[in-house]
Amino acid sequence: MSRLSTTFAALKTDGRTALIPFITAGDPQPSVTVNLMHDMVKAGANILELGVPFSDPMAEGPVIQAACERALEHHVSLRDVLGMVKEFRQQDNKTPIVLMGYLNPVEVMGYQAFADAASEAGVDGTILVDLPPEEGGELDAILKSKDIDPIFLLAPTSTDERMELICKQGSGFVYYVSLKGVTGAAHLDVQSVVEKVNQIRSHTDIPVGVGFGISDAETAAKVAAVSDAVVVGSAIVKRVAENAHDPKKISEQVCGLIAAMRQAMDA
Amino acid sequence: MSKTECKDYYAMPDDRGHFGIYGGKFVAETLMEPIEELRQAYEKVKVDPGFQAQFDKDLADYVGRPSPLYHAERWSRELGGAQIYLKREDLNHTGAHKINNTIGQGLLAKFMGKTRVIAETGAGQHGVATATVAARFGMECIVYMGEEDVKRQAPNVYRMKLLGAKVVPVTSGSRTLKDALNEAMRDWVTNIDNTFYIIGTVAGPHPYPAMVRDFQTIIGREARRQIMEQAGRLPDALVACVGGGSNAIGLFHPFLADEDVAIYGVEGGGDGIASGRHAAPLCAGEPGVLHGNRTYLMEDKDGQIIETHSISAGLDYPGVGPEHAWLKDCGRASYVAITDKEALEAFHIVTRTEGIIPALESSHALAYGAKLAKTMDKDQIIIVNLSGRGDKDINTIADIEGISL
Repeated sequence: MSRLSTTFAALKTDGRTALIPFITAGDPQPSVTVNLMHDMVKAGANILELGVPFSDPMAEGPVIQAACERALEHHVSLRDVLGMVKEFRQQDNKTPIVLMGYLNPVEVMGYQAFADAASEAGVDGTILVDLPPEEGGELDAILKSKDIDPIFLLAPTSTDERMELICKQGSGFVYYVSLKGVTGAAHLDVQSVVEKVNQIRSHTDIPVGVGFGISDAETAAKVAAVSDAVVVGSAIVKRVAENAHDPKKISEQVCGLIAAMRQAMDA
Repeated sequence: MSKTECKDYYAMPDDRGHFGIYGGKFVAETLMEPIEELRQAYEKVKVDPGFQAQFDKDLADYVGRPSPLYHAERWSRELGGAQIYLKREDLNHTGAHKINNTIGQGLLAKFMGKTRVIAETGAGQHGVATATVAARFGMECIVYMGEEDVKRQAPNVYRMKLLGAKVVPVTSGSRTLKDALNEAMRDWVTNIDNTFYIIGTVAGPHPYPAMVRDFQTIIGREARRQIMEQAGRLPDALVACVGGGSNAIGLFHPFLADEDVAIYGVEGGGDGIASGRHAAPLCAGEPGVLHGNRTYLMEDKDGQIIETHSISAGLDYPGVGPEHAWLKDCGRASYVAITDKEALEAFHIVTRTEGIIPALESSHALAYGAKLAKTMDKDQIIIVNLSGRGDKDINTIADIEGISL
């Protein structure tokens, strides 16, 4: 069983929901990332989502755009990110890691070379924002052959037909983007999330994660009650940015939020 | 890709929006359904006689088409080679070819019931053309423009404001056209219910490259008819500048099956290809994925998009329309680069010789046209697309030449 399915199965047994924090790898500097990953796991994260910096992050709001720019000042590449995963794995072989990014760095590395390197580093899944299932067939097959789950986004605009397609081609979990917009936008509407998640569940048995617009413990708890995973991105990256000068404070602030969310979700 | 596949130039894109390995739909999930709705709406109007009649009427009465095909006799004589004919897109309403496309997409937006249009712009020509149709159709209009471009194209910024558009300076990334496109995409994904994104070039996710091309092929269809009337035969060569490549594909497309007509796309060579400071992905880039399509890109070894440089804001873009990428690989069109310096020279020569002030973008095509003409015989013919007029560039040129206006 893959780390992702093991993790989701164990959480289900305990009646808990996965908490998935997102950070951009190499933000604000490469030396921070691996320690922060370990700290987030200790604070209650079940799965880690690691952003691969890209020069043109079209689906991101200002917070994660700025994180990409900070990481790119240090020339953090896809290969560097895989190096960080490898380093993390030396101490933690259990927590699943999902890479989130854009297709072009993977195209340039080459699909097979990427899948081989990601598998060797210990990556469990990928979310490539600008690679819909219609264009992703070749890469997805290569990833699956290396036991890496291609994870797809579902949106408020996704029709039943698309849900069906995505749930069939994706694995690991599906990630419901709770609002029309970029990352870090306004608060989500919990009621509409409930409806959509139920609609998605009618198409698939794989876990359903929800993200975009979850910035506090209360919202996290509400979303946790109706989904299998809560993804928190901009709220965390904002804390990284605010404490960029002091790695210790980054960890304190980020882990404080994660612990509060974890507590509210488990209550 | 087999050579036979390249022979049927009019079979592209396929129904998934691919030109060989290029093109496609590389967008976030939220946009997949909206671009599908757009594709369906476009397929509908494409065969709707009422829509096409309205489009043709607007092109005639509002844009002022057909634009003339002008034999630049004096310049041709001075060059001493082939006869150069200029396709005068600079004489269109708003001063460039961009309006052909914004009329088409504006009508489509209206057809789809959208009340708000957004656009990205580099030189400002597409922004002005979008603001123009928005004013005419009574639609809210937001134009995203890189902060750098806002500075170097001040007259166009003011024009857009006069037309009632809101111009949003984009301060992320390299603050030029590519970043304006990113920002427009972000707006679109947030406001998809009421918003139509009028992309200004033959790039972006399917159906944009095909749709924008179809709206621009009026250029080539007219030119083909006009050269037959004036010279009694097809030209030997076509030349057009390529940023995203909409004026170029508009001229080239109706001639693709005429294998004896040589086709040249001219990219922004900046300080020269060897300097690395240029905007010539077809000459010196690699295939990759950006802004919804696979195409040639200016990128580094890690797949990050790199900053481009061109004296012309309209050519300052790290990608290019996917059909050009495909035509390059097929060998049907050749892509070359002209440096800032060469473009400036051509700008002055054409201004002084023919009394036509060309846009800096078009000056790249003129510069290559002149080079090419000198290698050809006097009875040969080149059509150069004079895609826009240069009024918007006079501040830039005065600056470079140390003149204060």
